[in-house]
Amino acid sequence: MAIKVFVPRDSAALSVGADAVAAALVTEAARHNEAVTLVRNGSRGLLWLEPLVEVETPAGRVAYGPVTPECVPALFQANFLQGGTHALRLGVTEDIPYLKRQERLTFARVGITDPLSLDDYLAHGGYRGLRNALDLPGDQVVAAVTTSGLRGRGGAAFPTGIKWKTVLNTAATQKYVVCNADEGDSGTFSDRMVMEGDPFVLIEGMTVAGVAVGATRGYIYLRSEYPYAFRTLNAAIDAANGRGYLGENVLGSGKAFHLEVRLGAGAYICGEETAMLESLEGKRGIVRFKPPLPAIEGLFGKPTVINNVISFASVPIIMDKGGEFYRDFGMGRSRGTLPFQLAGNIKHGGLVEKAFGLTLRELLYDYGGGSATGRPIRAVQVGGPLGAYLPESQFDVPLDYEAYIGISAMIGHGGVVAFDDTVDMAKMARYAMEFCAIESCGKCTPCRIGSTRGVEVVDKIIAERERAANVQLLRELCDTMLHGSLCALGGMTPFPVLSALNHFPEDFGITREGIAA
Amino acid sequence: MTSPALTAASLHDMIADLLGMPGALLPILHRVQEKLGFVPREALALIANELNLSRAEVHGVMTFYHDFRETPPGKTVVKVCQAEACQAMGAEKLTKHACKRLGTEMHHTSASGAYTLEPTYCLGNCALSPAIMIDGHLHGRVTQERFDALIEARQA
Ligand SMILES: Cc1cc2nc3c(=O)[nH]c(=O)nc-3n(C[C@H](O)[C@H](O)[C@H](O)COP(=O)(O)O)c2cc1C
Ligand code: SF4
Ligand code: FES
Repeated sequence: MAIKVFVPRDSAALSVGADAVAAALVTEAARHNEAVTLVRNGSRGLLWLEPLVEVETPAGRVAYGPVTPECVPALFQANFLQGGTHALRLGVTEDIPYLKRQERLTFARVGITDPLSLDDYLAHGGYRGLRNALDLPGDQVVAAVTTSGLRGRGGAAFPTGIKWKTVLNTAATQKYVVCNADEGDSGTFSDRMVMEGDPFVLIEGMTVAGVAVGATRGYIYLRSEYPYAFRTLNAAIDAANGRGYLGENVLGSGKAFHLEVRLGAGAYICGEETAMLESLEGKRGIVRFKPPLPAIEGLFGKPTVINNVISFASVPIIMDKGGEFYRDFGMGRSRGTLPFQLAGNIKHGGLVEKAFGLTLRELLYDYGGGSATGRPIRAVQVGGPLGAYLPESQFDVPLDYEAYIGISAMIGHGGVVAFDDTVDMAKMARYAMEFCAIESCGKCTPCRIGSTRGVEVVDKIIAERERAANVQLLRELCDTMLHGSLCALGGMTPFPVLSALNHFPEDFGITREGIAA
Repeated sequence: MTSPALTAASLHDMIADLLGMPGALLPILHRVQEKLGFVPREALALIANELNLSRAEVHGVMTFYHDFRETPPGKTVVKVCQAEACQAMGAEKLTKHACKRLGTEMHHTSASGAYTLEPTYCLGNCALSPAIMIDGHLHGRVTQERFDALIEARQA
């Protein structure tokens, strides 16, 4: 029988040469007259080890990495098809501590299955959740999601069940389900990994939402920076349509659910849900006033469920194993798990799905292995470009939505970006303002003008001009943006700026008391 | 890039299958750019006509989004990520190197027309930073040497 060899098709793996490795493996196997079946799986999320090649052996899947095309002949010589010893051998994949210590619920299949094989998906527990949902009235599906405690993983952490309930209870001739796959936050890639590594779980989650609230049409709003995910999603949607998991009559239930992917066009603000709706309607991505809530008047003025990729992708396991099962992970009001993403200057960057409640220190050192450069980690931005910079003194705060709010920080979409001690925090504050200026939708003055002014003021501080006075001015600007912005772009850009200022005043040439040093 | 003169008929053929979509404007702009490399001025009025919009509305939408170009790009489009995780691993230096190597500034096309260099804000490859994209292909852990090698491979 042919031996199964896995080489990821995840774009992170491709970005460091996975295709060339796959090609070399096929060539070398032919040369050795070995029958191998090449599976292009998703990534296990141990990204520093990509391209990570796995071989199926009687003892389980054995991993090798990072593999280069040049070392493929040596792997064959080392009998790697039988799990043979080689310098790149990492052991049985599931036993690698980085993976073994995780709690993979949403990412249960990512890296294990062939993302485009519906049969593989079914063989690994796929579509059990939808089948259960189809047997229940809509309000009981919503009740299960409410019980799970799932809160929106896109950033705002709003309870998913409550949102669904509003859509369910709003009568309309047409309702929509929209997936926010804009994943604009730097330092985040969990949405991408799901879409490339297990697209059916997203499709299933959205279908559950559709049948529960009575929506027959769904859109995935995908950022254009993700061309690989675009192709994978479209192929998966075709497969699901072909087998009756999507379409006019989902699994013979008499319920329709049609799904389509739409591409964004490089505007960060289109991740904000109402700007996203405008964009889907073919307009400029300008933020809408709320109310009305999108759950009542959303896409084309109709009731719309809007959730992040990870929120939807967490629904199938909830519908399969029950809301209680999911709720039993986590702490406080942060229930379940979050796929954290370790990025930036970190030795072992990758995806770590864990129940809420662990600490940043555990993520950075137990998983991340410290900085990539070997220098001390000085600052960590959590939660994307609108998230605060944390100094080491805050590394032990539990990763819990409320605990983070308590230190003026945000977990957001779970991105963790590490910087070593060469970072200049005044520059990072400047960048936060600059990013806001570039991406502002322009609707409100504090954001549009304030961010540009912010860049100028930080420039003066960096140029050592009247530092104490300019720092004061910067604080006042932040205050205006915090209180006078319509959405979180203008309203939260002050978080990275103020945290940089408060925790790293020396980079601005001032003392902690705000006096010029 | 020389594009054949755009006529109402050729534009219609290019986008006919998209016209029935609700909210079709973005898919249409993407299609035009995919086919022509940019969205030429003369396309705006034609698209507006097809969708019963004003030319100003189409122009307003097109200019709102960073993706859409009003002028033809170079033969190869290189995007260098400028966001935090890439900054943490030297994106600034890499960007300077890219400007020098490609002979152009950010947002511009080299005099030879060979390269367009654009900033991008996260490619979702933040654990393997710094990241770049060359003509839609993602690359991670891009050192200056690797950058040069990737550019040469593209030319070959
Ligand atoms: C400026 C801005 C950008 C945002 N970007 C994203 C994004 O890229 N992806 C996302 O899911 N949510 C994003 N959000 C949050 C959405 O507005 C919205 O809360 C979310 O899509 C709801 O889904 P959830 O409840 O499942 O998180 C953004 C919000 C703001 C203010
Ligand atoms: S805060 Fe900025 S991005 Fe948000 S609505 Fe106002 S101008 Fe637009
Ligand atoms: S920050 Fe550069 S790829 Fe995400």
